[in-house]
Amino acid sequence: MMNKMKILLNGKSIELTDVQTVSQLLDSLDMKAGRVAVELNREIIRKESYESQAIQDGDEIEVLQFVGGGSR
Amino acid sequence: MTQESGAIQEIQDKPLQIGDITLHSRLIVGTGKYKSFEETEQALAASGTEMVTVALRRVDFDAGDNLLNHIDTKKYIILPNTAGCYNADDAIRVSRLGREIGNSNLVKLEVLGDPDTLLPNPMETLKALKVLVKDGFTVMTYTNDDPVMAKVLEEEGSTVVMPAGAPIGSGQGILNPNNIRIILERAKVPIIVDAGVGTASDVTRAFELGCEAVLLNTGIAGAKDAVHMAIAMKHAAIAGRQAFLSGRIPKKLYANASSPALDF
Repeated sequence: MMNKMKILLNGKSIELTDVQTVSQLLDSLDMKAGRVAVELNREIIRKESYESQAIQDGDEIEVLQFVGGGSR
Repeated sequence: MTQESGAIQEIQDKPLQIGDITLHSRLIVGTGKYKSFEETEQALAASGTEMVTVALRRVDFDAGDNLLNHIDTKKYIILPNTAGCYNADDAIRVSRLGREIGNSNLVKLEVLGDPDTLLPNPMETLKALKVLVKDGFTVMTYTNDDPVMAKVLEEEGSTVVMPAGAPIGSGQGILNPNNIRIILERAKVPIIVDAGVGTASDVTRAFELGCEAVLLNTGIAGAKDAVHMAIAMKHAAIAGRQAFLSGRIPKKLYANASSPALDF
């Protein structure tokens, strides 16, 4: 049986299929764990918890990365 | 008096210590505004920098590429910054997120007052600094060239204090060298000029005044030829630092002949 849920990812509503953890979400997005930071409902999720941290329907998730920028 | 063999070397400078980080290059370079990741890589290499500052943003999943694919983290120390934050809470959040990616407690704290001037908001900066210091961060704080504020930031635990030479991206150089001098005279922590550098002589000037380092971005990235401007900035830093270490002559109102005053 397919497991579907809706989450808010970086401000956009998306539907996930068979994704249950942060780790699986990053894999599905083709994101490497060490290259991004993840917030789940405004709380930072540590890298060590990506595999165990469950995602639920209605969660708000932010995935952030370093970009060019400095003292402009 | 003649030099038999081998040129006289530059004065051996001691490395700059920021928390547990040791830097030999005294230029810290931003990674914004370059035309491409390739140009970023080339300019960073040309500048000789050992520390590069990066901002944090939401991932654009359609873009695909990642800045960290183009920055050798074995070669450069990553200095996450809080660029784009206008209040303490956002700056604290961004600092903590950056720590997750960067695996270090280093942060360049900048909390801006408004998007037109991009000048720092001192109240929110101080608020964020206190929380970040308690949280174990090594904080490099961006501030106005205000000697009172610089001292307050130092006393509240800022590891280095980074006064603006001029508004961010304005390229006006060091507008108030007197303030920078007062900050330097009273500081017990390293002072790094951050923002406002337009060209090589601005960098030299900062070091001549006694600043420990210069952080710049637009001065390189915005130049017509960014990579060669990066080389110019590297030499400017060496020139200014060497001049500072060598001890300049005092300024005088009247002439002072350089030939001996002897009879003919």
